[in-house]
Amino acid sequence: MSALSDTAGIAPGPQKRMKSRVWAKFRRNPSALLGAVLVAFFVCVALLAPVLPVPGPLETDWLAVRKPPSAAHPFGTDEIGRDVLSRMIWGAQASLMAGVVSVFIALLLGIPLGVAAGYRRGWTDAAISRVTEALLAAPFLILAIALAAFLGPSLTNAMIAIGLSAMPAFIRLARGQTLSVMTEDYVESARAIGLTDLAIIRRYILPNIFPPLLVQATLTVATAIIAEASLSFLGLGQQPPAPSWGSMLNIAKNFLEQAPWMAMWPGIAIFLVVLGFNLLGDGLRDALDPRET
Amino acid sequence: MLGFLARRILIAIPTVILISVFVFTLQKLLPGDPVLAMAGEERDPEVLAFLREKYRLNDPLYMQYFHWIGGVLQGDLGISLRTRQPVLTLIGEKLPVTIQLAVMALIIAVFIGVPTGILSAYRKGTWIDWLANIVALSGLSIPNFWLGIMLILLVSVNLGWLPASGYAPLSEDPLRSIQTMIMPAFVLGTGLAATLMRHTRSAMLGVLKSDYVRTARAKGLNERVVILKHALRNALVPIVTVATLLFGELLAGAVLTEQIFTIPGFGKLVVDAVFNRDYAVVQGIVLCTAVAFIAMNILADAAYRILNPRMRDT
Repeated sequence: MSALSDTAGIAPGPQKRMKSRVWAKFRRNPSALLGAVLVAFFVCVALLAPVLPVPGPLETDWLAVRKPPSAAHPFGTDEIGRDVLSRMIWGAQASLMAGVVSVFIALLLGIPLGVAAGYRRGWTDAAISRVTEALLAAPFLILAIALAAFLGPSLTNAMIAIGLSAMPAFIRLARGQTLSVMTEDYVESARAIGLTDLAIIRRYILPNIFPPLLVQATLTVATAIIAEASLSFLGLGQQPPAPSWGSMLNIAKNFLEQAPWMAMWPGIAIFLVVLGFNLLGDGLRDALDPRET
Repeated sequence: MLGFLARRILIAIPTVILISVFVFTLQKLLPGDPVLAMAGEERDPEVLAFLREKYRLNDPLYMQYFHWIGGVLQGDLGISLRTRQPVLTLIGEKLPVTIQLAVMALIIAVFIGVPTGILSAYRKGTWIDWLANIVALSGLSIPNFWLGIMLILLVSVNLGWLPASGYAPLSEDPLRSIQTMIMPAFVLGTGLAATLMRHTRSAMLGVLKSDYVRTARAKGLNERVVILKHALRNALVPIVTVATLLFGELLAGAVLTEQIFTIPGFGKLVVDAVFNRDYAVVQGIVLCTAVAFIAMNILADAAYRILNPRMRDT
């Protein structure tokens, strides 16, 4: 059952109390706070990229090719003398955008389909469920690679490919949660007083299926960031010379002996931001779970 | 059990048909003309027309699908447009390599994940539990291709202990084979170990609270016997099912791991096929992977019923 199902249709007072209880539980969880701090840090870095005092990510300096970290270039330079720190900062934009946009695509398509399957049941449910099972049968990354190859290599297409590959998990979750909420008395009452299907979905179903979807979305952002880095690493995501952590690693693997720092920083950044989203997702799950005290 | 298996297989058939339609349609929509890729430098219209006719690329799409699926049902997944070898032969050549990698990765994952999960559950709420959880979450957060690159840098480039790439078949040179595979298997195994650790911890926490564990302790049994014989045996039910379901993750992880360590397996085959627009190979690989994944799901359900007597009557 959804974490908030017992709050639907109740007065704003108890709902406010529940929100503050969730926030209090979240605040008491050091791992969740660490996750939130990590995510906030990378979001700030990505947003502030244009105003940070670093060279442009495409600026080359042929006198500083593959230079190790120094005061002038704290993270070193790459194979054509570009500042690695600058490319890392601008790469954060690509990675975070890929994570968030692809999950948004998955939610945008997955929620309506999942709710329709759970609410309508019958043939609608059977058809949507079979298609979902078929999509879930192909491993996430293999499906994303196949879709990215079909759409053509670019960051936008990688986001679409990842979003479509992540969509089945959201359809299944939204369907399951809808089926669960549908058994509640308040949905029966809403039907009895003659509310339309759309009104019931908007007022009762969507607010109650939101918490587990939020947790799943946060955890999927982590998966999507790794998937984007993987696709860019394979040459199917962000295209050079535009910076992305995955494509930086793809180039860096050719200079491991001469310039190991080129490979080190992008990996650490991916690890930290993914860890941040995983910790945040776990923290949200614990905070929204009414059984956890 | 036979009835259960038959039911599960029947339910899986529409899913497999849908996958085949999806895979076929997707590959047909890929950019680029496969005939041009196949012909190479040759641009003679007659040759191109001959190739289109030979591979039935002039037929309507649905006819191409029926032709393709008819062949698939007889074990004919088509011919690779690039190497001109049957797709099934290509997959058959590459699969043992990836299976070796996957088995080694799974062994490493079980050896790391299960004991850590037990320890974490047994010491719930202590610093050991906290540390194990952080390590597991880190394992899930590290991109395995980056871990591979860092290990190559440390173990191969700096220390010179293991080869950075290459492959030797297990049957021809077992020592060399293990030397080349141990590092990729570790890279692939760490993420799975984290997943296994979390499931083991969760399963053990449930079991450790149960009455029979309390009874075993009340009887004065040695704590090790209680944990390993009474608790773990019951906790193994969900762990075994999860391990079976990790198959999909193993295959997906193998794609990148094989690229980094230049292992000529299934994963490398899929990437090469995508970049060469080798439709038939991509179709065959995605279809085989999906069917194998469904089969593993059915096996996981069957294993769950075998291991859990309460499920047998349902």
